[in-house]
Amino acid sequence: MAEVNTAIQEFSEAPPRVSEWKRFWRVFLQRKIVIFGLVVLGLLVFTAAFADLIAPYDPYLNKLEDSLQGPSSSHWLGTDIQGRDTLSRLIYGSRTVLQVGFITVSVAAIIGFALGLIAGFVGGITAAVIMRIMDALMGFPMLILAMMLAAILGGGIQNVIIALTVATIPGYARVMNGLALTIKQNDYVLAERSMGAGNWRIMLNHILPNALPPMIVLVTLQLGGLVMAEAALSFIGIGIEPPGAAWGAMVNDGYRYLRSFPILSIAPGVAIMLVVFAFNMVGDGLRDALDPRLRGIL
Amino acid sequence: MTAYIIRRLFMAVVIIILVTVIVFLSIRLLPGDPLIIFLGNQATSGTITEEELDRLRIEYRLDKSLPEQYALWMWDLLHGNLGTSIYYHENVGTLMAERFPITLHLGVLALILNIVVGTLMGLAAAVRRGTWIDTVSTFLANIGVCIPVFWLAAILVYIFSLRLGWLEIAGYISPFEDFWLNTRQIILPVFCMAIGGLSTTARLTRSSMLEVTRQDYIRTAWSKGLRERTVIMKHALKNGLIPIVTVLGMGIGMVFAGSVIIETMFAIPGVGRLLVTSIFAQDYVVIQSGTLVIAAIIVITNLFVEISYVWLDPRIRYN
Repeated sequence: MAEVNTAIQEFSEAPPRVSEWKRFWRVFLQRKIVIFGLVVLGLLVFTAAFADLIAPYDPYLNKLEDSLQGPSSSHWLGTDIQGRDTLSRLIYGSRTVLQVGFITVSVAAIIGFALGLIAGFVGGITAAVIMRIMDALMGFPMLILAMMLAAILGGGIQNVIIALTVATIPGYARVMNGLALTIKQNDYVLAERSMGAGNWRIMLNHILPNALPPMIVLVTLQLGGLVMAEAALSFIGIGIEPPGAAWGAMVNDGYRYLRSFPILSIAPGVAIMLVVFAFNMVGDGLRDALDPRLRGIL
Repeated sequence: MTAYIIRRLFMAVVIIILVTVIVFLSIRLLPGDPLIIFLGNQATSGTITEEELDRLRIEYRLDKSLPEQYALWMWDLLHGNLGTSIYYHENVGTLMAERFPITLHLGVLALILNIVVGTLMGLAAAVRRGTWIDTVSTFLANIGVCIPVFWLAAILVYIFSLRLGWLEIAGYISPFEDFWLNTRQIILPVFCMAIGGLSTTARLTRSSMLEVTRQDYIRTAWSKGLRERTVIMKHALKNGLIPIVTVLGMGIGMVFAGSVIIETMFAIPGVGRLLVTSIFAQDYVVIQSGTLVIAAIIVITNLFVEISYVWLDPRIRYN
């Protein structure tokens, strides 16, 4: 009798069932800093989409008579050596950030997920070959691998995207491989198998969906790293060609006038930092919301 | 354990061979005649005749088949010959040997700063969870991971070199020649090189310590009436520090990646700057060998890291 009572008690103390979506949004938006990150990213997408309308000046137009002006009411963030408005170039630079970040992540995710999934699921010699190649690629620091590839392929934004994609794939493949190895041990995979499901069906219907939440977190956090890597490459001088606007290159351009016009370097640096910070915070928020171990705690 | 080490050693050798294949093929298979790539601007400006091109083709062994080229290149590598730089007209091994100690000097200092300060920050945040110490340390670490190093360097140069005049703007002199000048030169580069890794270490230590302090044996330690210092230092820290070994492994990669930017900004003649200069001089011999050496060092470090896991944490069993 006593046992039944505790069972009832435990049952009544169990939290009421909430829809997964509701819980996701509640946990995700719980921390103010995550909302801040979302706002920053929203602004980034907005400025990139409507750069033509928002930018007060043409970001590529040289006006030498306006060269190197400090911040004023007509040029909020001043002008660079060629008289181009810093604010307008910052706004157009947001397009570079999004273009490089999202194309790289999408392509790398498709290839990396597929390689990791296949290696984890098929196993054997296929897995060994795929994963050792990934290990070898991970031996190169991302920036150095990207630099080597960009040097061979030449400058230009599409080559930066290719280089960063190659550098990003192994990380995705490795994590996906680990997840696939764990998930395929589950009984529901065995059940599915016993019902006669083929490899493809199991991989796409069971393993991939179960691996996606942690992968989404990884990809979001990685976006910050990619923004940083793109900035670093364009700072060194590899990447978008002049007169195109990239934040890293803007920091470098301003570096020469640091003594008299520090704003030229400071402004694009703050922009990079804000965006990376936003991606990291949103990634952290997603992790809290998607981590099954935190269910019941958060 | 021995079997595990031998297996890992074998795997590391396989990975290093794959690294050489990747470096080799990326130059040979990507679009463009490798000879034109090797020669860079000289070839395209038309100052070289056809006969000379043919002669160079033989000199660079580009007339041979790919496997033969690879085998010869590996043969040279195994004999310590990294090739002759097109831009510097010097053996790449010599070039690297001159610059390596400088990168190592900065890198080791940055790594020490990373681990000491990062661990302390993370530890303080975890032990004093929820207090202002935690808030400040976590905030700084969050800023640190997303600050672009080149930008931070620019700001610090502006403040400490240009405005205050305390530190040097750029340059590197051997510490054996002028220790104080050297110190004033390397404070900013080392700090900038360390900041990213330091913040990562702090975040990792904090979360790992929080995880450990929830364990049963910590509760046991508390209930035995041990002092806080004993519980934290003797019981929690030992296990909480395991992720730091990973950071050490990653740190080596970060040192090289960081050196590319930092050495360029501060005009420090290290390996990173050599790579950047070679990229703009289109010196593919240096790029190829330099990247290879760096990757090999990283693979070997990771091998040590993985082996030391087993030694540090007996719970990890490898089969």
